[in-house]
Amino acid sequence: MRFMSFITSAQSDPPTPELMDAMNKLANREIKAGRMIDSGGLMPLDAGARVHIADGKLSVVDGPFVEAKEVIGGYAIFEFRNKEEAVASAVEFMQLHKDLMPGWEGICEVRALADFSGA
Amino acid sequence: MTAADTHRAILAVWRIEQPRLITSLARMLRDVALAEDLTQDALLAAIETWPATGIPEKPGAWLLAIVRRRAVDQLRRGKMLERKHAMVAHDMEAEQRAMPDPDSGLDDDIGDEMLRLVFTACHPLLSREARTALALRMICGLTTDEIARAFLVPAATIAQRIVRAKRTLSESGLTYETPRGTELSQRLSSVLEVVYLIFNEGYTAARGSDWLRPQLCNEALRMGRVLTAIAPYEPEVHGLVALMELNASRTAARTDAAGEPILMLEQDRALWDQLQIRRGMRALARAHELGGARGFYVLQAAIVACHAEARAAAETDWLRIAGLYAELADVAPSPVVELNRAVAIGLAEGPAVALAIVDRLVRERALEGYHLLPGVRGDLLHKLGRFDEARAAFEAAAALAGNRREHDLLMRRAAKAAGAAASS
Repeated sequence: MRFMSFITSAQSDPPTPELMDAMNKLANREIKAGRMIDSGGLMPLDAGARVHIADGKLSVVDGPFVEAKEVIGGYAIFEFRNKEEAVASAVEFMQLHKDLMPGWEGICEVRALADFSGA
Repeated sequence: MTAADTHRAILAVWRIEQPRLITSLARMLRDVALAEDLTQDALLAAIETWPATGIPEKPGAWLLAIVRRRAVDQLRRGKMLERKHAMVAHDMEAEQRAMPDPDSGLDDDIGDEMLRLVFTACHPLLSREARTALALRMICGLTTDEIARAFLVPAATIAQRIVRAKRTLSESGLTYETPRGTELSQRLSSVLEVVYLIFNEGYTAARGSDWLRPQLCNEALRMGRVLTAIAPYEPEVHGLVALMELNASRTAARTDAAGEPILMLEQDRALWDQLQIRRGMRALARAHELGGARGFYVLQAAIVACHAEARAAAETDWLRIAGLYAELADVAPSPVVELNRAVAIGLAEGPAVALAIVDRLVRERALEGYHLLPGVRGDLLHKLGRFDEARAAFEAAAALAGNRREHDLLMRRAAKAAGAAASS
């Protein structure tokens, strides 16, 4: 089963060097274990735009977005056997944040990708 | 959480940690089989403890502490017998005193250790079945029951295979090390064979009813990705990954709603998994960059890539496919490859040229008893308007087909040829 996880936070401080190092090691391990199949970071909000439809009107708003409270910083696509494995991996990832960047708050959301193959 | 949920959660954590537990123990004990046993013990300990205490904050460190303690006990028991082990035990105790709380220990060198483990589990000294079972257990972390279900054999059979394989490894006095240079390529083929065997077991038998069989494809793919991460300069590793990714990309299109197989040329290509195709093409490109274009797996991947790249069956580059089969026949001569080449040539240059190749195979009797040979021959004869001969060929093929569905399909084609013969 494929899962996409993305990390969201209201804080925009860059990770501490210790956290960065630990995350790199973890990502490296996950790649070597064949579980992480893709990942990437996202540029700041001012590098993007939003395309809205409201009241039948379509509009384009360039970033940054003043109302944006939470920012998605990056994503990863994994292949896990089941949801439990996906959760265990996200917990491990977030534990690094808890240990190495005290005071940081955020969410790691894990979503199963739709799969029509029955596999 | 119910007890079953907790159990699944524990298994999930254990699987993530298991390769590192085995590799670090194997390095200390210099005995893979014993390391594997102790790692299983750690799982049991977790199953006994965690439902009451909850999953620890750093489950990896917890498990590592357990296996290290067990290893020290084990070595102390054998201390009188072997001085070397006593010294190892001493070192480990000292290490543990120095690190009473090993951190989650994200080792940098896990790649090398994994490679060593893969080479040990897939050692040519072991039978194919043993290698396959051991690899699924030690590298993928499947339980004996899961492996048994995947291969549709009793759990006791798998358990016995694993016990025997581990005994063979222990008794052979095998050094636990990574082969280098030319030995690496030789040993690598034994590893790749295991991975491909696991993939095919899941792929060719995937009829939709048993979810664990497609799961085997995923395990093989995962093992392939492990190999590309730990042996990144071996083109055949990338070739095998490309072949598996590209074949797996068609999974959703391979059966209809009733679970009946759909042949590749009739599949709905919109159902092919583009992410997987991209990954496959990238792996294939990497294999070519590394100079592996003429590798056994790379060539097969290149053939499948021709299909993946064609947006419609009619756009398939059959000439290129025929050329690749010719190269494959050159690298690994086989009448089956030759038959496939004939099919491609039939579609690229017409049935007459292909029939000449097929008739040569018939004369050489290399594929006697193989139903696809008269099956292909019947198809070519039909296209050439030689309907009576086509009917006879399809009937011969049907008589040889082991699978009921294939038999019926061939008989239908024979009847069609008979009808065409009557009206011509």
